[in-house]
Amino acid sequence: MPFRFSEEIATADVVFEAWGETREELFISCADALLRTMAEAPDRVAHREALTIRIEHEELDLLLFSFLQELIFYKDARKLLLHADTVRIEHEPGTFTLEARVSGDRIDAGRHRLLVDVKAVTLHHLSVVFKDHLWRGVVELDV
Amino acid sequence: MSLPPQLRKISDTVWELPVTYKEGMLVPARIVASGPLLGGMEAGVFDQAANVACLPGILNYSWCMPDGHWGYGFPIGGVAAFDPNNGVISPGGIGFDINCGMRLCLTTLTEEEVRPRISELVDQLFNAIPTGVGCTGFVRCSRSKFRQVIENGSRWCLENGYALPEDLDMTEERGCFEGADADACSDKAIERGFDQIGTLGSGNHYCEIQVARPENIFDAATARAFGITIPNQVVIMFHCGSRGFGHQVATDYLQTFLKVMTTKYGIKLHDRELACAPFRSPEGQAYFAAMKCAANMGFANRQVILHRIREVFSRIFRRSPGDLGMEMVYDVAHNTAKLENHLIDGVERQVLVHRKGATRSFGPGMPGLPDCYRETGQPVIIGGSMETGSYLLAGEASAAQTFYTTAHGSGRTMSRHQAKKLVQGRQLLKEMEQRGIHVRTSSYGGLAEEAGLAYKDIDLVARTTEEAGLSRRVAKLVPIGNIKG
Repeated sequence: MPFRFSEEIATADVVFEAWGETREELFISCADALLRTMAEAPDRVAHREALTIRIEHEELDLLLFSFLQELIFYKDARKLLLHADTVRIEHEPGTFTLEARVSGDRIDAGRHRLLVDVKAVTLHHLSVVFKDHLWRGVVELDV
Repeated sequence: MSLPPQLRKISDTVWELPVTYKEGMLVPARIVASGPLLGGMEAGVFDQAANVACLPGILNYSWCMPDGHWGYGFPIGGVAAFDPNNGVISPGGIGFDINCGMRLCLTTLTEEEVRPRISELVDQLFNAIPTGVGCTGFVRCSRSKFRQVIENGSRWCLENGYALPEDLDMTEERGCFEGADADACSDKAIERGFDQIGTLGSGNHYCEIQVARPENIFDAATARAFGITIPNQVVIMFHCGSRGFGHQVATDYLQTFLKVMTTKYGIKLHDRELACAPFRSPEGQAYFAAMKCAANMGFANRQVILHRIREVFSRIFRRSPGDLGMEMVYDVAHNTAKLENHLIDGVERQVLVHRKGATRSFGPGMPGLPDCYRETGQPVIIGGSMETGSYLLAGEASAAQTFYTTAHGSGRTMSRHQAKKLVQGRQLLKEMEQRGIHVRTSSYGGLAEEAGLAYKDIDLVARTTEEAGLSRRVAKLVPIGNIKG
């Protein structure tokens, strides 16, 4: 499980640290952590409906912010809990472009053992860095 | 934990960080807390209160209420007023859950009458009010009708049969922030929230059946004025906000402000979560208009939920809501920014007050209060943890120092994951049942995160607001039934 929840740097909200060998793996780890925040049993979230997310941003950490925010949007707008299946990030000077294939299932309290509704990704503590051969991210969610 | 060495005692309940505490502070930061509450505050609270003190146009002090805890942007419990002409507006000073708030409704039932039906009541409330992750509201609403809801708030509810005229009188701003403009909200925000009118949400959002026991009445005259007149009277308190719509409005404008804050307006901050724009700028005014829409969604959401609660009580007790005395005490918002008149350096002027996890607490005689509360001051509703009880307080004239603001709840002392490590949801539910609190939840994990041990001592928070002159205790209300998302 390439993420862990942190208890040291937030009281009211949920903070996680995630990592991966590539930027793409880090983004998938963060999506896993977001899903685990809302559902105790992410493995029971079936891959029934698929979507493609395309976004771009000048900053890599804000690209992660927008990516997670899209997943939260679909949770409310389409009632979907989503896994990130594949993520591709292209970097040209001044712009990061992300294309992600995500899939998931309609929210079902019975099957998914729901936990807490995530309201938003915050910018507090948000970071993406490459350190000790790994891409590492810290994200604080408002719940 | 150790307190910042620069922290200076102003009085038994007020502590100050001077402007030298952090580079860029324009005013001192003041924390309202008694000794034990102060000692329990995280370092992040002081740091965040100091960050707020750096925002352009801030007036007097950056305040933090006694239930203050470490949040994002402003601390939770943060209060700051800005000069509307040269100050800023910041979504991080309001929170993502715009107009999250509390509503309290009376009944003329007693605990003795309700106890035998409590299980049925809680079950029916749980079935009637959608709760939990991604829930859909019971009000069927098109996207275009939703635009009317967010521009009119409780007024829309009245026109559509979900409110009594007197409900609006008993709601802050009469349930509608004037100047709300649906065109300032993104399609995405509307898409995210149009089907969520009539949802409780999850986390610390709840609906509780409570009792006002005689031994928990602090101010009998004010309690009577607020409608608490019978020993062991049953009341209903609930806590929720503007749901996904409000969350998206805040997210959208956080990103907008981030783009223009430094490049267009030259504002540099310690924390990006405090992203802001000058209040009078096009971006600031657009956010203010959109924030008002979200505030109106919060009022409408609580209003339609009250309608459902009345239906449930009426069905179970086979009496009309009127016959059951189901009148509102008040509805208070605790995540907003509002233009209000306050004394600054002895001169009354209009200021933009941000309250994030903090409740307006107008004192006796202040404009904006319904006539029936002119002498008592505004009812203030402070939600405690589901195990320990909540408070009804009244606004005080001496709250002028905090722009007539007081606490909003207990305030967490423990992270959600820590709480879940210490408490099993199913076990907690059983223990609460044994203590006479009947609970229904859509998530045992979520229930464990909200255990009483994760919160500050609500008695101490309420007493501290009284000692600091921000609000006075009227009654403590103890739970006998609770539904949680």
